[in-house]
Amino acid sequence: MAEQQASTYEQLPPNPETATLDGRNKYLGFWFFLGGETVLFGSLIGTYLGLRAGTADGPGPADLFHLDLVFIMTMILLTSSLTSVMAIINMKRGSHKKLLGWMWGTVILGAAFLGFEIYEFYDYYQQGLGFGTSAFSSAFYALVGTHGAHVLFGILWISTLLIRYRNSGITLTNAPKFNTAVLYWHFIDVVWVFIFTVVYLLGIGG
Amino acid sequence: MKHFWRLLPLSFILLLSGCGAENMSALNPQGPVAEMQFSLIALSLYIMIFVLFVVFAIYIFVLIKFRERPGDTHIPKQVHGNRTLEIVWTTIPIILLLMLAVPNVMDTFTLANTEIEQEEAEIEEENGEENGDDAPGSVSDQEAITIEVNAHQFWWEFEYKDYEFTAGQDMYIPTDTQVNIELISDDVQHSFWVPALAGKQDNVPGITNEMWLEAPEEGVYNGKCAELCGASHWLMEFKVVAVDQGTFDDWVDGMTEPPEESIEPTNEVAADGREVFEDSCISCHAVGDEGGQQGPDLTNYGERQVLAGYLDHEDEKLEAWLRDTEEYKPDNEMPSFSEDEIDDEEMDALIEYMNSLKVLEED
Amino acid sequence: MSTAQTGSKNVIWDWLTTVDHKKIGILYLAGGAFFFVLGGIEAILMRIQLMFPEFTFLGAQTFNELLTMHGTTMIFLAAMPLLFGFMNFIIPLQIGARDVAFPFLNALGFWLFLFGGLLLNVSWFTGGAPDAGWTAYVPLSSESAGQGLDYYLLGLQVSGLGTLIGGINFLVTVINMRAPGMSMMRMPLFTWSSFVASMLILFAFPALTIGLLLLMLERLFGGQFFAVDFGGNVIIWQHLFWIFGHPEVYILILPAFGIFSEVIPTFAKKRLFGYSAMVFATLIIGFLGFMVWAHHMFTVGMGPVANAIFAVATMAIAVPTGIKIFNWLLTLWGGRIRFTTANLWALGFIPSFVMGGVTGVMLAVSAANYQFHDTYFVVAHFHYVIIGGVVFGLFAGAYFWWPKMFGYRLNETMGKWFFWLFLIGFHLTFFVQHFLGLLGMQRRVASYLEGQGFGDMNFVSTMGAFLMSIAFIIFLISIFTSKKNTENVNDPWDGRSLEWTTTSPPLHYNYPQTPLVRGLDAFWLEKYEGDGRMKAAEPLGDIHMPNPTILPIVISLGLTIASFGFIYLVYWLIFVGLGITFGAMFIRSVKEDHGHHIPVDEIKRDLEEG
Repeated sequence: MAEQQASTYEQLPPNPETATLDGRNKYLGFWFFLGGETVLFGSLIGTYLGLRAGTADGPGPADLFHLDLVFIMTMILLTSSLTSVMAIINMKRGSHKKLLGWMWGTVILGAAFLGFEIYEFYDYYQQGLGFGTSAFSSAFYALVGTHGAHVLFGILWISTLLIRYRNSGITLTNAPKFNTAVLYWHFIDVVWVFIFTVVYLLGIGG
Repeated sequence: MKHFWRLLPLSFILLLSGCGAENMSALNPQGPVAEMQFSLIALSLYIMIFVLFVVFAIYIFVLIKFRERPGDTHIPKQVHGNRTLEIVWTTIPIILLLMLAVPNVMDTFTLANTEIEQEEAEIEEENGEENGDDAPGSVSDQEAITIEVNAHQFWWEFEYKDYEFTAGQDMYIPTDTQVNIELISDDVQHSFWVPALAGKQDNVPGITNEMWLEAPEEGVYNGKCAELCGASHWLMEFKVVAVDQGTFDDWVDGMTEPPEESIEPTNEVAADGREVFEDSCISCHAVGDEGGQQGPDLTNYGERQVLAGYLDHEDEKLEAWLRDTEEYKPDNEMPSFSEDEIDDEEMDALIEYMNSLKVLEED
Repeated sequence: MSTAQTGSKNVIWDWLTTVDHKKIGILYLAGGAFFFVLGGIEAILMRIQLMFPEFTFLGAQTFNELLTMHGTTMIFLAAMPLLFGFMNFIIPLQIGARDVAFPFLNALGFWLFLFGGLLLNVSWFTGGAPDAGWTAYVPLSSESAGQGLDYYLLGLQVSGLGTLIGGINFLVTVINMRAPGMSMMRMPLFTWSSFVASMLILFAFPALTIGLLLLMLERLFGGQFFAVDFGGNVIIWQHLFWIFGHPEVYILILPAFGIFSEVIPTFAKKRLFGYSAMVFATLIIGFLGFMVWAHHMFTVGMGPVANAIFAVATMAIAVPTGIKIFNWLLTLWGGRIRFTTANLWALGFIPSFVMGGVTGVMLAVSAANYQFHDTYFVVAHFHYVIIGGVVFGLFAGAYFWWPKMFGYRLNETMGKWFFWLFLIGFHLTFFVQHFLGLLGMQRRVASYLEGQGFGDMNFVSTMGAFLMSIAFIIFLISIFTSKKNTENVNDPWDGRSLEWTTTSPPLHYNYPQTPLVRGLDAFWLEKYEGDGRMKAAEPLGDIHMPNPTILPIVISLGLTIASFGFIYLVYWLIFVGLGITFGAMFIRSVKEDHGHHIPVDEIKRDLEEG
């Protein structure tokens, strides 16, 4: 793919991610995809709200959740969104190096979030909350687990892009890819804010 | 009834009513609930036939008038549309739908209100007091009774909450009395439907649904399960037996305390049958207080309309059913009994005993 | 930039790797037709079983499997893919584009649908198909024995993913790929209604995805979402299913409405009456489609408030639908109506669908619905709207666009036999079912008892079903016997929209020069107010097209293998399958494919030949 290297940053338009029809299609298509994802998480959150009182004989939200841990996780994820914003700003400025740097920051923070989440699940499991313990536990793991799976996919996706394009410079081909990956990352961040509110804050407060 | 829209579709009530079997047709309502639903059906049909008439008239006219005739090569005028027409055919349907929506909303609330009869009775009572009239209330002032209907794969259990006993398959109700029904299920979702008396409500696991019905006339009404519940869904029928208050009271007495003959038969063959029953049946089926609850209560088996929910009440049918339940109701829970378990002689005794299980006085 | 790709000579390889929207459209039609025949056979088997009371042609368990598979197949694997076939083939042509926005995803969507559908049908050979109805209500479905329901869950999950991808593809195509001058309010109604249907797919299918996921977790991994003893709730499934399920019926009917809106103006030689009202009504139907799902649940005990609200909302849908019916009638008014087979289907649709529509309003009357619900009245209603609406639409579309797609016209005489026999058979089958329901016959029954008075009408109904089958066989024969009708296929009906400006079948790049659109009914405009040719929006030049690829089929295959792993809980198989899928996605992501250019000389050669 030597031809990719030909386009250096002086030739790039100000918004390389939507400069081609292909890029515009990806951008719009991805927005639609996120619309579908919203319904997906909406359904999961609705299910969770319907079942969160169904703890049977197992432990309930108030017995389990420690807000301090979840708060740290939330901060990590919010920060990872911030680093990805910095990455895109640098991409538009044409700085390939800084783009990669900030994006790696996002990946590392995402991995840290995932680590905390695994620890969290392990902890709940130790306290007697298996997946099949109650309707509440099933709904909780399904919702938070689906979000976690999205985070994992995002980490793998962004890492692939970072490795694949480590030497390529910013091009009209890879700019839309970085852009959509960051859009995706913001989306799972926003979803987490909802989960934080509906599952954790409501679980402890309500 | 008292609302004007119920008079509107009178012609269609006349046209449609009487359609189908008297004990099993939504078009041949036998009680106030089914009547209310039927008049809504008729009203909606009335409006809809008007709509059909208008559409079909325009349609047929257009097809005849504007069909291509041989040799015709003119290019029709390319009309954009017509705002007035759009407004017309938006407004008129809205009006028609409102005519339907208003009575529907009112009836929906009426049908969900299981305390309606009590309320009406109370109002009548108050009015009576005001008028200084001491006469007792009319027939429909009978206090409502409550039956909890537990649907099983593939049979029905009726718990009479006011009297604390359980009946299987045949639901006896007194005429002219509001019957409040609480619907539950322990296995899968079912739906309780007696077309001639009331539309259906579902038996949903984990939820108790409520409805009510009333039968002014004595009779045996067919009931069905209307929600797919497994292989024998289509055989999950039951009967609603409406009897006069006196008979109902007798029946209740018999069900609460079955005749001595049902527990310790004096007839020798029946006594043998009782032994077989105690060996093989009583762990799941009850007669009186004795027996399990896994299967239908058999206290009044001898008076059942049908057996196994649908088979003719004959000795041969009962034997065939007991020998091979899977053949007659696939996937049901009841075991079959081979000749090794119950030999022919014992079977005859059992059938004799079961036929003797009656709670109402013979006429 | 371009990596020139010479077309492979192997025909099968060519179809397996195609990303051409026209070929994918034909694949969808072929796949959909296969499942349509399958679903039809299932229906006939059920109708034979119901021909006589207490008939023992089929066992009750088999019957339950057939009714489940008939519904699932017809909705997910026949009606929707067949519509997708037309949408794929026609939408890019109608908006003057050379392909869809995401050719790769388009191919992926098809293969996912096909593999999901085949996966579902494998269940017939592995110990029993799903048996809990296409609605798969819990706990019947969560406790159903064997693997049938697992095939249902995985099969629908895979094919549903394909549908979602297809929906997003159409949305972006319509927004981004329109030719110069083709503003939104100049788009043909078929494109418009497909656009709205795609919107519904986007927002409805994820609810199904979650429903299926939860049921899968419940059945295979010990979840307790629907287990009452563990605090679960069975109604949640019904909500999730119908939040998807009700928009789904509009996903089916809206494109069919679009087809009628193309066919009727063409054969009345008149512009569609009230174009903007039609667009508006389509949007309103799409919006209201999301507000009414609970009218499928009037009897589960939602309470009178919810029932009343959903009843009124449901009735409201009748208003925009009525607007459409009257606009079609007024399109015919003053026209010069030609009774071609395509138009016969459209004209047969109007009364048939209106009959289904009015029973729909009757069903919306919640208090009366307690009588209608889960009876043959409902069966009659939805077959009137789905056959009278969607299937008639598909047949209208087939006769209308067949010359464009395959370069020959279907025999009109056979077509008319097909139409009349099918129409009579259809009404014979389903009209009596209204009365069966009201007289007390509940739906999804494997048989009915003697002496309940259902025998005669069921017999009539079965005869009607036979008639429909015979009619359909005539259609199938005519596909093969009509191949010589190749004269006058480019614009056989005096068409109005852009697809009729191309050759039949169109060149693989559709338009040598992107057309310039000057108004609604662009081609009609040029024919009757211009010189009969489309103006070009660009000079003749090289055309950029996407490369064929085998990856979509590999991705789909991987998911199918993983699905078997889930169904039988073989963990290594899950990893192998997902490994194949993600591996192929990885290759797709890493190996940049920039498509190829068709040199201008080749285009000139094509033009001379054409």
